[in-house]
Amino acid sequence: MTNTLHRYSEHYAVAAPPHPEPIRDDYIVFAMASKGINDDNLVEKYRTFLRLALKHRPVNIGDATKGGNIRPRQDLNPLAHWRRDHRADPEQVIAEIDGHTTVSAVFDNYEAMEKFIEELKDADLGISINISAPVDEAKRCCDDAGIARHSVEYSIGFSGRVDILPEATTLELSTMCGHGMVSANFAKKMLEWVRENRRTPEEAARYMARFCSCGVFNITRAERIMKRACNLK
Amino acid sequence: MKIDPDKCVACGNCVPICPMGAISIEPSIGRATINADECVECFTCYRGMSKEHLNPLMVRTVRRVAKLFRFRFDPEPDICPTDAIVPEELAWPRIVRRAFSDPQVPHESTGIHGRGTAEVKTNDVTHRVKEGEAGFVVEFGRPGVGARFRDIQRVTTALAKLGVEFEENNPVASLMTDRSHGLIREDILNEKILSAIVEIKAPTERVPAVLQSIRDLAREVDTVISVGVSARCDSKGNDLLGKVLEQEGYPAYRGKTNLGLGHATATGNSQNAEVRK
Repeated sequence: MTNTLHRYSEHYAVAAPPHPEPIRDDYIVFAMASKGINDDNLVEKYRTFLRLALKHRPVNIGDATKGGNIRPRQDLNPLAHWRRDHRADPEQVIAEIDGHTTVSAVFDNYEAMEKFIEELKDADLGISINISAPVDEAKRCCDDAGIARHSVEYSIGFSGRVDILPEATTLELSTMCGHGMVSANFAKKMLEWVRENRRTPEEAARYMARFCSCGVFNITRAERIMKRACNLK
Repeated sequence: MKIDPDKCVACGNCVPICPMGAISIEPSIGRATINADECVECFTCYRGMSKEHLNPLMVRTVRRVAKLFRFRFDPEPDICPTDAIVPEELAWPRIVRRAFSDPQVPHESTGIHGRGTAEVKTNDVTHRVKEGEAGFVVEFGRPGVGARFRDIQRVTTALAKLGVEFEENNPVASLMTDRSHGLIREDILNEKILSAIVEIKAPTERVPAVLQSIRDLAREVDTVISVGVSARCDSKGNDLLGKVLEQEGYPAYRGKTNLGLGHATATGNSQNAEVRK
């Protein structure tokens, strides 16, 4: 699963600007156990990971086999069109963990991620912990927490038929679900709806987040991207 | 996947939802339909849309009346009002589409959900990528374009000629009939999937050459390729790979960092991994 590796930003544009704007609101920390190595009491380890994350107010948490903290519902009635419940349900994510998976927490600021990493270090869960973020920021976080990085994996972007990719803003939104569950056409539609004032950026971000089936979609960053694209404050 | 014409009310909500753009409203029947050749069985429409289970006849009547008066109803964009999207039982080789497109289905070959690979995420306990080695994660079809195995095979056969080592514990490798030549089974070559990852390893000094080969090969396929490169850090947590990528002109801004906090804790069996229900 490389679901958080290739999140598009202008650093990865075909014609990247000389000084791309740093991304300062998208930090993902995730945990993964390996069968037969460190998967004893796995469910409790994953739950501890997410409970520690919740102390630092993540914008999303998720279980790769069940979904994020805002999910589609199978039992809506027509009132949903006027009174939709957009609230996140992190307790559902924690309660439904039942075995091997990857659990993740998405933060919209460096400080929260760093404090979470320090707590994880102290908790010593024994499962593999990764940061998916700008590599320099992840290194800074490790240095601050007194952790020597074990391995690093760089995204070096896209090649091949890049001419058929959608435009940059749409890609920024749709690639926040690396599995491709947030379609480019839906991201475009949401951008248009915000532009037409049919929905707020907050609502539009939540519609998209429901499709991300592992909970790594960053709702805060999506709101920022849409506000920027639609010239909203 | 199919759309039940008796239930569909042609609201159009599912049309932009499909990552492959395989859903459209067929004017001759006034219902949504799915282009089976383009559908990758990712289940985004079925699982991602919320549902209301309304009576189709009632919804159609309301929509006709509203249309008569040129009223524009502004419904929630992620709801299928009549639960009209229905999964079909998939047989070989079509079942391969779902295995590589629906992240909530674990791959049989690896037992891992998503695209079925662990890359360096568990490298602190598996030691898959060792010092002096570079791991390459070559993903076909991402973001949101999709790929056919025929295109993937074009690249794997060329990579095999370069003498790179394919990761054994990988879903694409498990479908190869001849790993030394990068050949994938014939009967799935035309199957379209949302994305698939090929993992290879090579000595660190070959990183520029391998990346250049991948870039050259990418020009020959009808899809997009996303590439990740990984390396083991030294005992102080430093890596040389970033500098190599920078020197070669690759954007190496974002990535995954394995913190090395994993360690062996299990006692030989993983029965505790599952919650007893």
